[in-house]
Amino acid sequence: MESFADGGLPPDDVVVAALRAGDEAMFATLLDTWSRGMLWLARSHVSTNDSAQEVVQDTWLAVIRGIDAFEGRSSVKTWVYRILVNTARKRGVRENRVVPWSSAFEHEGPTVEPARFQGADDPFPGFWKDVPAAWPTPEGEVLAAEVRGLITKALAELPSRQRVVITLRDVEGCTSEEVCEILEISPANQRVLLHRARAAVRGRLEEYFETAGRSA
Amino acid sequence: MKRFSCDEVVELVTAYLEGDLDETTRCLFAEHLSGCEGCARYLGQIRATADALGALGASGPGAGGEPSRPPSDGLPRSARERLLGAFREHRRS
Repeated sequence: MESFADGGLPPDDVVVAALRAGDEAMFATLLDTWSRGMLWLARSHVSTNDSAQEVVQDTWLAVIRGIDAFEGRSSVKTWVYRILVNTARKRGVRENRVVPWSSAFEHEGPTVEPARFQGADDPFPGFWKDVPAAWPTPEGEVLAAEVRGLITKALAELPSRQRVVITLRDVEGCTSEEVCEILEISPANQRVLLHRARAAVRGRLEEYFETAGRSA
Repeated sequence: MKRFSCDEVVELVTAYLEGDLDETTRCLFAEHLSGCEGCARYLGQIRATADALGALGASGPGAGGEPSRPPSDGLPRSARERLLGAFREHRRS
């Protein structure tokens, strides 16, 4: 999926040259394009919004200091996000909010309740008992304020690694390659985290629509 | 040839959407999907979920102040001004 947020940015070499030449408008554009996503990501490592803001500000200060030494071995976006992740992790450690980044337990078990499928004694083991109910017209409904609040809450409840991956991929529009590079994880790991996260958020939406359907 | 059951298919949706399935698996997946309303719907709902998350990013969180939610419009104006000032300062020095 194309990253909508970066639609307006020129190629990296142009961005880097402009920053080195002191082009303030270019710096402002980057600030305005990426800061919100950076806040989302920082927030998953630290305990308050204020802390997250400081992490993002420290990151931009490091970018200002570091742009002359930037070697272009990754994209500018990945470079900036790498600085962010490192800054946020350090800060998280200071706040005793250590993210179990290497934990494997999140990877286990099915993402859909096994009871939703027929058992060994049923006619079609492993097939849906009852197929998932249709959702109301996605476009209008899924963006309703209440649904947005629900999704935000669902994100907040995800295990931290899943939240970071789904935020970068689906909220921020990063590619899988970018996410692997930013978080230093393997493509397979990235996919598993994304899968579990999407399944969890979908589950929350399903619960919501079922309840809404019953009370309607 | 092996056929997938629904509980297997639901675990492959992300790999499918990412284009990470090998040819054989992709064909089996598609074949299952074409005959299974439940899984087709499940896949559609995973897509809708991803789209809704994208819309969240595109429009920014609305009013309301869930504690886990970062400020909606990026950095506060004061912080933005400070950073622009730091940029100017650094380039001059």
